[in-house]
Amino acid sequence: MGQTLYQKLKKLHEVRQFDDGSSLILIDRIMLHERTGSVALSNMLSENRNIAAPKTVFSTIDHIVDTKPGRPDISRMPGGMVFIDEMHRVSKAFGIRLYGADDDRQGIVHVIAPEQGIALPGITIVCPDSHTCTLGAMGALAWGIGSTDCEHALATRTLRIPQFKQMRIRLTGKKPKWLTSKDVVINLISRFGADFATGFVIEFAGSVVEEMEIEERLTLCNMGVEFAAFTAIIAPDHKTIEYARGRPFAPKGEDALIAEAHWASLVSDINASFDVDLEVDVSEIAPMITWGTSPEHAISVDEVLPDQRSDLADVFKYVGLRPHEPIRGQRIDGAFIGSCTNSRLSDLRRAASILKGRKVKSEIRAICAPGSKEVKISAEAEGLDKIFLEAGFEWHEAGCAFCFYAGGETFSPGSRVISSTNRNFEGRQGPGVCTHIASPETVAWSAVNGQISDVREAYE
Amino acid sequence: MKPFTNHIGVALPLLADNLNTDVIIPSREMKRVSKVGLANGLFANIRYSDGNRKPDPEFLLNHPNYHTASILILGRNAGCGSSREHAVWALADYGFRVVLAESFASIFYNNCVANGVLPITLDRSSIEAIADWVRIDPTSHHLSANLEKCTLETVDNSFEFVITPLARRMLLNGLAPIDLTLEDKVLIDCFIAEDMRERQWLYSVSD
Repeated sequence: MGQTLYQKLKKLHEVRQFDDGSSLILIDRIMLHERTGSVALSNMLSENRNIAAPKTVFSTIDHIVDTKPGRPDISRMPGGMVFIDEMHRVSKAFGIRLYGADDDRQGIVHVIAPEQGIALPGITIVCPDSHTCTLGAMGALAWGIGSTDCEHALATRTLRIPQFKQMRIRLTGKKPKWLTSKDVVINLISRFGADFATGFVIEFAGSVVEEMEIEERLTLCNMGVEFAAFTAIIAPDHKTIEYARGRPFAPKGEDALIAEAHWASLVSDINASFDVDLEVDVSEIAPMITWGTSPEHAISVDEVLPDQRSDLADVFKYVGLRPHEPIRGQRIDGAFIGSCTNSRLSDLRRAASILKGRKVKSEIRAICAPGSKEVKISAEAEGLDKIFLEAGFEWHEAGCAFCFYAGGETFSPGSRVISSTNRNFEGRQGPGVCTHIASPETVAWSAVNGQISDVREAYE
Repeated sequence: MKPFTNHIGVALPLLADNLNTDVIIPSREMKRVSKVGLANGLFANIRYSDGNRKPDPEFLLNHPNYHTASILILGRNAGCGSSREHAVWALADYGFRVVLAESFASIFYNNCVANGVLPITLDRSSIEAIADWVRIDPTSHHLSANLEKCTLETVDNSFEFVITPLARRMLLNGLAPIDLTLEDKVLIDCFIAEDMRERQWLYSVSD
């Protein structure tokens, strides 16, 4: 019997197995951010714990740092400064790298990890943040953890994980030119449910995944946690290797040759067996949008809302929409492009191609927050900032920004917002704010029209 | 950590599916770099009807019958969303010792175990039967969770649940996982020494 990619990665890192089938796994890299990393480090400091390998730990400030243009290293969240100050203090105390707001390497953890070559194929990488599964797109075994597990990883350089079942989702068929990996993954969640991968590791494969660029794959794996997967992973190929090559923390010279040869071997064997093996034809998928308060409450932009059901009564009430109502044409008050899901250079380029020469409806507050300083600098070098600004978007500094509400600035209560983010939970973007998740292109096109719109029109 | 052997208490039958950690504790309630004092922020968005923290009578926990609840009953995909361990800290700080659900998000499940909160998984019909029984008289219809026997009991019924041996052992003994793992430190160091030869490309970068 052949091995799956996940089994190979696990084997490479397995320090020991326990009688109950769980394994102690070596952790190669740990990422931290101020919101949860500060809590873990602070607790370790007070308990006199040591960090086993400080050089393998990378931290940044992304969650609650202000993203207003020209911001200093502050938080506008009431009490937020505590987290930023504490992150600086404890990172220094432990001697770990911290990319603060004034550093050109600062940004959202899951954006800077591949960008800086911290997330590499074949490694294990964890972070006290649920969207760490994003990094599976690099061919890394990457997963989100809580604070206690984070302290465990920092102190012992290992984590204990149970056995997981394995699922492969092969994406096949001809991808329409306007179809994004965001539409695909929202479609999967709405089709199978927000809990369908509980207890599974998912490997995304198939011709459509092979055709995707790395940044599209990062979006696909990012949403793995939104259907309850332990993590998502994609086998590294020539695109992954070329993407990683030459990045600051990627191997150099002779080491790079050895590493790249190793990475190329990290694929599921042809005779590997999966507990669930699905094939999904993407050619019939239309632009997707969420209508409710879970990522599984999603429909094609040209569909109508579902029937009333007892378990959906509160959802309809919160979002202020009725059963069988069309989603297209719903007036919006806000638009946001950013987050670990869709804030990379290619996301901004695609959104800018829609916005070029057009204007956002004047009553809409539209914001773009690049995922990292590097993304922002690159975008400005090619003039994307001007396109966003001329269209009526605010152009912010790098960070998680308006993806979630922590008590700082946000959209007005009760407003309807279209957003390139990952969660449409009740109150996620602010009290009473109704979030509709979509691709950056759909966000841009809807902002131009002042209402939820079918992005295919923009390509006609 | 306090060992968990058994617990008897009032159950709160919310039964919601996909109840996420943002709902359990909203981000703005995470005000300190600490694990304690979070009970006031528990369910803040649905528990209070305004900024002055006036209890919303619509929310079940605010009903006098459920004030002392220590067993939370949810539906599928419990604790999905953010990895924030504050969700479990807030539940534990309020007094919750058990979460019963149809299925759990994996990070939330681990966070429960790490903090002495017992996660119990049962099928939908059992959960509904238990919730119906609790609702008849919440103040006297207590549930009893027994981790040694792996049962959740009402007066008339006993439901067996499955929990991973590791989680069960950690909860029963109140184990601190870091110290447990550090008993294998020699093994870990040997593994790393070997790995440094095998994957020199990874170590040369970081050190």
